[in-house]
Amino acid sequence: MPSYPDATSVSHSVRNQEVTAKSVVAAALACIAEKNPLLNCFTTVLADQALAEAEVLDGAIARGQEPGPLAGVPFGVKDLFDIAGVTTLAGSKINAEHPPATQDATLVTRLKQAGAILVGAQNMDEYAYGFVTENSHYGPSRNPHDPTRITGGSSGGSVAAVASGMVPLSLGSDTNGSIRVPSAFCGIFGLKPTYGRLSRARTYPFVGSLDHLGPFARSVRDIALIFDVLQGTDPDDPVCTKRPPQPCLPELVKGIEGLRIAIADDYFAKSAESEALEAVATVAKALDATQYVTIPEAHRARAAAFVITASEGSNLHLEDLRQRPQDFDFATRDRFLAGALVPASWYLQAQKFRAWYRDRVRELFTQVDIILAPTTPCVAPPIGQQTLVLNGVEVLLRPNIGLFAQPLSFIGLPIINVPVQRPGKLPLGVQVIAAPYNEALALRVAAYLEAKGVVSAPVP
Amino acid sequence: MTTSTANFAEYVDQAAAIVGLPIPAEYHQSVVENFERIAAIAQLVLEFSLPEETEIAPVFEPE
Repeated sequence: MPSYPDATSVSHSVRNQEVTAKSVVAAALACIAEKNPLLNCFTTVLADQALAEAEVLDGAIARGQEPGPLAGVPFGVKDLFDIAGVTTLAGSKINAEHPPATQDATLVTRLKQAGAILVGAQNMDEYAYGFVTENSHYGPSRNPHDPTRITGGSSGGSVAAVASGMVPLSLGSDTNGSIRVPSAFCGIFGLKPTYGRLSRARTYPFVGSLDHLGPFARSVRDIALIFDVLQGTDPDDPVCTKRPPQPCLPELVKGIEGLRIAIADDYFAKSAESEALEAVATVAKALDATQYVTIPEAHRARAAAFVITASEGSNLHLEDLRQRPQDFDFATRDRFLAGALVPASWYLQAQKFRAWYRDRVRELFTQVDIILAPTTPCVAPPIGQQTLVLNGVEVLLRPNIGLFAQPLSFIGLPIINVPVQRPGKLPLGVQVIAAPYNEALALRVAAYLEAKGVVSAPVP
Repeated sequence: MTTSTANFAEYVDQAAAIVGLPIPAEYHQSVVENFERIAAIAQLVLEFSLPEETEIAPVFEPE
């Protein structure tokens, strides 16, 4: 086995009894013990439980039982997924007072049923309200490509754990970019599926109108395999689609033949460092994509997402904001307090705009199948940096890192971040965007790029 | 309310009183600044004319 095999490869070795699940999990725990003190990805490590579950799995394999497509694959989850017996922190100090969860989140259950072994919970921005994972309660997560820099957020711990090779697979959430932004900064694959495609049952919410869950991995075949395992209806999440699962793994071999691929211009070609746009050009060239497309009113879409986020996010925490504002992370507290005062007419207008904008983008997808856009405007900034210079203008860093991600999650489009590695430089990401429920098309493009060597996620 | 004429500090005080959300003095300035930021961004949405028949898309299952 290579030093950092992907999940598919781990499962293959375990299923063929070339290695035991217990040895794989023990190696992951050793890697976490070695790297986590610096990178600060895991807030909880479930070593005993993971080793015990691996032993049970090894016993089942020895008895000839089917161990599942993710047999023995160690995984972590952002600390907003319920884990039975563990308190779900959601990056907060306040929720540490909550009782332990009594049941796993649906997606955790599905991974375990597929043979994967949960090894712990991962660091995040408090209540997922941020793009940096500089958590004042639990410390910043650090970028494996340069530990003085941020991972991005809010799923920073989950992403850095995969990027550094601690685990081949993590789960995170994306409300405004929290899967895609850290995936770009840390140079791995991250899939934000269609809104409602994957169950959110028993995960701690942020903004119900915009919350998505999805996987991180170091290969496209892993993303497809994991996504297929996670799909399926769930009566416990009212937003979860009733559509039957559409397996993506068998689609990867189809390549990009016949796909109409365009590059997003206008909003998505401004306010970025030139290297972020060069990453898009590199990917577009590999795909022979020369057509441009304008996503209309993207700046207003971002604004509407901002208003909905402020209002819904604050409402969720209103009672704690009244009783104990001092216990919030200082980076989220004042935004939550301000968001609680947003007039209803602003919120409703933003929701109406969402419907209008969805229809405009739906029209675009009659002309193209795939749209390419930068994931972030820049590489991962240093930890503690407060501002960015975009287009010659100094702007606040925290609200602007997600400016290319927000207008797209706003209407629930499926998107995979593909990582562009640049020797001697920090990685960057490109969003491969498809029409709703067309995850398979985005993954086919990602697989093609990976096969051509244009995108990859090696452990630094 | 328009962003150019509104007194945000006064709005924050009055709205917080109506909502029953005490704003501790040490956070007050930052909360006002954050509200101003939301208001400026919201303006992009509010100034955009939408067809009257546009409805929000709630996910609501009656049973």
